[in-house]
Amino acid sequence: MTDYIKPLPKFDPVTAPFWDSLKAEKIEIQCCEDCASYVFYPRALCPHCSSRRLKWTPVSGRGRVYTLTVVHKAPGAFQADAPYVVALVDLEEGCRMMSNIVDVAPDPEAVKIGMPVEIVYEHVTEAVTLPKFRPVTR
Amino acid sequence: MAIKQAAVVGVAESDEIGVVPNKSTLQLQGEAVLNALDDAGLALRDVDGLFTAGFRTTEVAEYLGIQPRYFDGTHVGGSSFVVHLGHAAAAIASGRIETALIVHGESGRSRVGLPASGSSAQGMEGQFENPYGMPGAPGAYAMACARHMHQYGTNERQLAEIAVAARKWAQLNPRAFKRDPLSIEEVLASPYVSWPFRKLDCCLVTDAAGAVVVTSLERARDLKKAPVRVLGWGEGHDHQIISQMPDLTSAPGRISGPDAFAMAGIVHADIDVAEIYDSFTYTVLTSLEDLGFCKKGEGGDFVSGGRIAPGGDFPLNTSGGGLSYTHPGMFGIFTIIECVRQLRGEFRGEGLRQIADARIGLVHGTGGKLSATGTAILAAD
Repeated sequence: MTDYIKPLPKFDPVTAPFWDSLKAEKIEIQCCEDCASYVFYPRALCPHCSSRRLKWTPVSGRGRVYTLTVVHKAPGAFQADAPYVVALVDLEEGCRMMSNIVDVAPDPEAVKIGMPVEIVYEHVTEAVTLPKFRPVTR
Repeated sequence: MAIKQAAVVGVAESDEIGVVPNKSTLQLQGEAVLNALDDAGLALRDVDGLFTAGFRTTEVAEYLGIQPRYFDGTHVGGSSFVVHLGHAAAAIASGRIETALIVHGESGRSRVGLPASGSSAQGMEGQFENPYGMPGAPGAYAMACARHMHQYGTNERQLAEIAVAARKWAQLNPRAFKRDPLSIEEVLASPYVSWPFRKLDCCLVTDAAGAVVVTSLERARDLKKAPVRVLGWGEGHDHQIISQMPDLTSAPGRISGPDAFAMAGIVHADIDVAEIYDSFTYTVLTSLEDLGFCKKGEGGDFVSGGRIAPGGDFPLNTSGGGLSYTHPGMFGIFTIIECVRQLRGEFRGEGLRQIADARIGLVHGTGGKLSATGTAILAAD
């Protein structure tokens, strides 16, 4: 795993609990204790109501594809992977994150907007686990 | 203090544009500045306000040997320079400065002497987008376009109309980078870069600089060429990274457009020529909708049937745009340059190259990942 050459996130004090929850394969997202909105990416304040009371909360890891692109001309370290899908996933709880859609052909006929997806934990280094998503088949 | 109206009095590109491997980014900018001042009949010593993005204002001022008393380094990507035009007009209106210089250029193709850039692994893009192999602007705009297609049925053929129209305009412009004939079928046969975008949906990468000189209308009337008045402007912010864009089908032209129209006191039907930043074909389509030239979702129909091509009833990107004329890094400055030339009637006698009786023009820049926009409305004096 030490030969991973793709860009890695560098955590900060506010975002670290998110990355830690992925490493434990139990994804958590901040939820606002005042307006009940789920907030992503992690912040020190709620962008919906400006509350400072954001609480790390377990979420389902399920969602739907909001939009996607199939990358053919990839950034350096990703060239060997092309084509691949980068998507925005709307989580059931109501916030959105970027990820890859995996375990499916990188084809807009196979990965469709609105398609249900679920999280898969990809442990890319000792410290970093990336949240990827795959189509829900069950 | 009386409010002074502002006017554009000088516009120019660098001496050479296209592939210019023997010149640095700052040299290209210096050439564009001197050419624009010459176009205005002014000199560097007349400039008291400097507006730029990419390099710091101090870097550009130092290179030019000027000490401006007003400076604005607002950096919202390709929309920066249209935003600067509004800010310059406001600074002139308030009496704070007399003459503003707006400049941008990049050795985008040859990569000589570029300003420092790059995102941090601890920034939000570094943490939440780059680990997934997101290919920057093409991927972000492609995602927005895919959503637009899903919601409104927009199709690749409609996008190709935009690329073909740009090429037809470029064929009328001797300075354009790409002038060979282009058909919709050829666009649709070009390889995918980031689905749904193909190679020919994406702007060029060239070496070029552009500069714009703005002063008070009062002073402008004593200068070399007919002034082009700045009637109104607006700017809009939405997000920085694409995963934070609230609605991928709606860009901040919905904010900057209405502000610019309201300030100018005109309506859409008054616009004779439009210069709209075409980083990608889709950027034009959403901009037309966001600005209110058609309803959301109707952009595909709006651009079809040769309507925005030479001879069509909605002349758009008459230089050939970022798709076929030039695109060093942040194209916004060139929308202003082309619009001013049209409103001056500089292409009279060149057939379709000149929009007949062009009196009022719109310029619109989109920057970042559909993150920010600037809109301005210009008019012949």
